[in-house]
Formats: sequence, C-alpha cells, structure tokens
Amino acid sequence: MTMSTQKRKKRLNMKDKYKYMTRLGWETTYQDMDDVFPEDKFEGIKIHDWEAWEDPFRMTMDAYWKYQGEKDKKLYAIIDAFAQNNGQKNITDARYVSALKLFLTGVSPLEYQAHRGFANIARAFRGDGPRVACQMQAIDELRHVQTQVHTLSHYNKYFNGFSEWTHWHDNVWYLSVPKSFFDDARAAGPFEFIIAIGFSFEYVLTNLLFVPFMSGAAYNGDMATVTFGFSAQSDEARHMTLGLQAIKFLLEQDPDNVPIVQKWIDKWTWRGYKVLGLVSAMMDYMLPESPQSWKEAWELYFEQNTVALFKDLERYGITVPDCAATIKAEKEHISHQVWMTLYTHNAAAPFHTWIPDEKKMDWLSEKYPETFDKYYRPVYEHWNKLEKEGKRYYSEMLPQLCQTCQLPMLATEVEKGEPTQIAHRHTMYNGERFHFCSDHCKDIFEDEPEKFIQSWLPVHQIFQGNCGGATLPEVLKWYKVEFGQDNLDYVGSQDEKMWKEWKGEA
Amino acid sequence: MSKVFLALQAVDETRAIIEAIQEDNENVEVDPQPAMVKISAEKKMVINAQTVSEKLGREWDPQELQLVLISLAGNVDEDYDHFTIYWEN
Amino acid sequence: MAIQAKGEYPVIMMDSVDKFHGNQLVYVGWDKHKLINSAMAFPLPPAMPFKALVHEVMPSCYKDHPDFEKVVWDDSVIWRLNGEEFTPDFEKSLEDNGIDHKSLVRFETPNLTGINGVGM
Repeated sequence: MTMSTQKRKKRLNMKDKYKYMTRLGWETTYQDMDDVFPEDKFEGIKIHDWEAWEDPFRMTMDAYWKYQGEKDKKLYAIIDAFAQNNGQKNITDARYVSALKLFLTGVSPLEYQAHRGFANIARAFRGDGPRVACQMQAIDELRHVQTQVHTLSHYNKYFNGFSEWTHWHDNVWYLSVPKSFFDDARAAGPFEFIIAIGFSFEYVLTNLLFVPFMSGAAYNGDMATVTFGFSAQSDEARHMTLGLQAIKFLLEQDPDNVPIVQKWIDKWTWRGYKVLGLVSAMMDYMLPESPQSWKEAWELYFEQNTVALFKDLERYGITVPDCAATIKAEKEHISHQVWMTLYTHNAAAPFHTWIPDEKKMDWLSEKYPETFDKYYRPVYEHWNKLEKEGKRYYSEMLPQLCQTCQLPMLATEVEKGEPTQIAHRHTMYNGERFHFCSDHCKDIFEDEPEKFIQSWLPVHQIFQGNCGGATLPEVLKWYKVEFGQDNLDYVGSQDEKMWKEWKGEA
Repeated sequence: MSKVFLALQAVDETRAIIEAIQEDNENVEVDPQPAMVKISAEKKMVINAQTVSEKLGREWDPQELQLVLISLAGNVDEDYDHFTIYWEN
Repeated sequence: MAIQAKGEYPVIMMDSVDKFHGNQLVYVGWDKHKLINSAMAFPLPPAMPFKALVHEVMPSCYKDHPDFEKVVWDDSVIWRLNGEEFTPDFEKSLEDNGIDHKSLVRFETPNLTGINGVGM
C-alpha cells in the first residue's frame, strides 16, 4: 500500500494552535504590571513588544506531555535492559567509570540548577511566550537530572565514587568550579540567566559538554549513558532554539541591549570554557577508547560551527567573544594541565586518576604534535618512575584558586609564548587582594566585584577551619570521601580489583 | 557559506527521514557515527512531512522529529507540514 | 556599587584576615616549573621569618621537583612580590618584608630549566 495518493489530515495550522493554547497572557489591571513582574527591568534590558517572541517549535502542552512521555518510556526500558544484562561488565575498562563519576558529581547537579533557574525565570519574564518556553525547559532539566541519577544508580551498585554526589558537589574542592558557575547564573537577573545558560551554555558550548561524554560512552561500551545522553539531547534541540530565540529577541527589541548582551556573551563563553576544562581532561585521559581530542572538538564545535552563528548575529553588532583567541591558543595545553592537576591532588578527589599507558600516550602525541611530547610526556615518564618505586606522587599542598572561576591557578601564558609560566593576575577591592588565572576572569570580577568577593573558595575555607579540620583525613571525613575507596589511583583501587575479578584476571 | 546540520539517533525512523531529506534537498552530506547520523547541507535543509510519511508508510508529524533529534545548527522554522533549518547570512 | 541589582548589594569579605586564626594567606609559586601545577596556598603567621618560609615551608611543596635540591639561595634567584621584583630580607618576618595577607611570592631560578629543559 502506498501513501502517495493519500492526503495528510487537515488540521489547525501550528502557528494558530500554539497561539490559542499557549499565548494566554494579559495586561493586569488590578495590579501594576511592574509589581506583578518586578524582576525584569533592573538589568537595563529594554523590551518594547513581548508579542514578538516566537517559539519555532510551537510547543503546546499536549504535544509536550505526549512526546516527553514517549521518550521516558523508551529510556527506562533501555535502562532496565542494561541493568538486567549486567551492562556494566561490557565497558572497555573500569577506568572509564571515572568519567561517569565526574559527570554525576559535576554535571547532573547543574541540570538541577538549570531546572531551578528556568523555573525562576519562567515567573520573572512578563512575556507569556518565554514564560511557557522556560517552564517547559525547567521540566526538561528536572527530567535530565532524574534520568541521569537513575542510569548512574546502576553503576553505583558496583563502583565507588557515586554515593555522595550531592554532598560532594556542594563541598569538594574541584566541584566548586561547576557549582560556582551555576550559582553565578542563578544569582543573576533573568535576562543574564537566559543568555548565560540558554544561549552561551546551551547553544554555543553544549556540544563541547555532551558530545565528549556521549561519544565517549558509545566508544567505551556504555549503552546506558548513550541512551540517557540521546534522550536528553532530544530536549536540547528545543533548548538551543530557545537560546537562539532569546538572543535574537533581545537584540531586535532595542539597540541599547546590544552592549549588555555582548558583555554577557563574553563573560559566559569564558566561564563556560573554564568549566569545560574538566571535560577536556576527561575526553583526553579518562576514555580508554577516545573518539576525539579536546582540540578536535573545539575546532569542530566552536571554530567551525559557531562561525555561521556569529555571522548571523553580526547584523546586530555582536562579535565573536575576545576570549576565543585565548581558548584557541590554549587548546593544545589545557587538557594536559588539568589532568596533571587532578592526578596530583587525587588524594582529595573521589574518582580515580592514573598515568596514561603507552597506547594512550601515542594517541596524545598524534593529536597534540606541538605540545605533548615536549611538555607532558616527560612529566608522565617522571611520575611513572616514581610509581614504579612505590612512591606514586600525591601532593599534600593546597593550590591557589582563581577568585572567579575557582579553578586552581594552573593556566599558563600560552598567548605570550610561555606555556610553562603560570598566568598570574590580581586586583585590589576594599583593601584586599584578589587573584585570577587570566585577564578574562579578572575582568569579570572587576565588573561585579560585590558578587565575586563572595566566592566560597574551598582552599580558603579549609584554612579557615570550616571543613572539618586542618589535616587531610579530617577534611576527607567532612567531605564524606572514603579514603582508599573513593580516591587515589585507579591502580590498587577496589574498582580495579573488582574489574579484574569480572574479567578473570585476578 | 554556512552549513546547517542535524544529528539524529540511528534508529528506524531516521532512515526514512534521511531519505526524505536527500530527495528534497541538494548536496546533502550524510555522515554515520556511533549510534547517530549527522546530516548537513549548505545554508538550508527542509524536511517535508509528506515525503517522510511516504517513506515510512504512515502519517508522520514533524514534531515527532524531537524523539530522534540529538543536535542541530541553524534557525528553526516548523509547521505541521515541514521542519526547516536555515542560516540567514 | 558596580553590580546591577535591585536595592543594596552587601559587601561580604569571605576571606578577610581575621578569619584565619592569627595566620595570613600566602601563596608561593615557582616560575617555569610547571610540574608543580600552580602556586600553593599556605596559612602562615605574619611574624614568621622569611628564611623559615624558604627552608621549612617551601621544601614541603617543592621537594617533589628534581630541581629543588639544586637551588642555590643566592642572588641568582629572582623574587617577585605581587608581580613586582623585590629582594627579601631572609632575617626579617613576612610582614616586615611587605608580605601581607593574600600576597603572592614568586621565585625564578634562571639556571634551572625543569623537566625536559622546557620549564616543566
């Protein structure tokens, strides 16, 4: 039977259906609109016509529930099958699981923050179009954290490093990097939030977060993560569209919005990139089978793909953020510098690190011809010697952290041609000195110092005595990190022992 | 010129969608990857619901694309009979 | 106030020196020795003699670098305090050397070139 002669059912056109079911806002008369919506003017953004907001997907609530429900049914069926078939035994190697530990502790809580943030701005905007779109996104993000927790709960049955993920996110040193990123966005006004998260994170940078984890999962036999990844990504298309719509809407409403939006794009591209430093180390070092290097991902998903996007935005006076040049300069260094830092401080971090094997080092040489053999292979060879002598290197020191991005100050003066010289910047505020890893982090601070002096810097908090004590065992206890189980090298870990038993290599 | 692209999950429906895209657009590049397929074209790509329906053997609504869509690049325009991505420059 | 906000935005100094139980924060960094990933942070008494910083505190951090035992603590070492070159008086205290709360002390050893001779 062919369909060619059958006409498709006639129906109310999508634009009208969306309008009648979703665009139900009105001008209040019992109360002043500014009292009903008190938070959408203080940022200086000017909106003259909220009716101009469009949703290209024209999502109505009936379609939303129908398709989201179907996605969930498919997803949970696969998760069940994965669990029933002991899918955790089919991954390439148990080292891979460190990537999942990083994901659950560092990314899933951000999905929850996104849920809260979009729910908040869904109330804050006086336009009904963005309010509905943000409500849907708020539910999507809650769905994401739920599906991630469900999926990774299966790994929690077998591996260390998952059980205290909420506590770790809120307290452990390296996780203050993603946490503070989102706290910054949540403490911003609704327009900054939607540009920071809806546009800069969910449009410009999204592929640099999700593709590495999801293709990493696909290449390493982790069907469960591939599944929740794709299921979440199907929502992301709507999120990307919301972000793009938001930025075009703001830029078209009033030319005075342009410099404010540009400032936010500059700030949030940089802040997003700094968080992605953790992803760069994950994709280059934690995946036994590596689909792509950080450098390749950046070249594809930013340098190539965003050219078209920023060309579209040029007409409004928007330019590619300045920091793009720094990120490009650093692309052959950042993943190695972050991995070295995680390796060094692994006694205090609840996942495993290790020296890359020969196969991985040869892959890294190939992907990073200008830098790996010159700067980083010699370091791993040095540490490998120590490990063979039974002196696997763990630093007992606490690093200086950047006041803005909260990463250890490990970035170097690559743009100045000095890739082994740590970049140091500082400024004074209210009689106190603040330190930064870069001009970009310093600029962000100086634009809103009152905000960033409030950074809860884990190292300073430890020294103030707010994290359980002055010694590593006391801090780990406060962190709820089990020494010798959650932390330290993969070699000699319980995860390794269990994996070897499964594979008959014990 | 700027490329638009779609990344779709490598499931049954996707085969019909890709065939429809290839039929209705010029110079479409199809790039299979683990568990997904990337489809790109210069500046604009149109998915006609009628074409997909014919290939699938049942009525297909463009909103169903959301079940298999992983990522996209471009502005979106959708109505009950088509799903289009495009750049304006 | 620089920040855009509704109403007044409080100024909260999270890391003021009074919060460190009589100590002050001092960061120490070794230029072009990137095996040590970053400058490290130490809570130290302001009255600590500079030589104690060099001979007691710094070894705990830098002993892991093969170059450290080769450092000769003479005027071949270039010191920087908060980005400006300075000549520390080893006998004087940190505070008398101008090293105050949240100061960054950097040292450079031009004759020692790190792992692989490239500054790692």
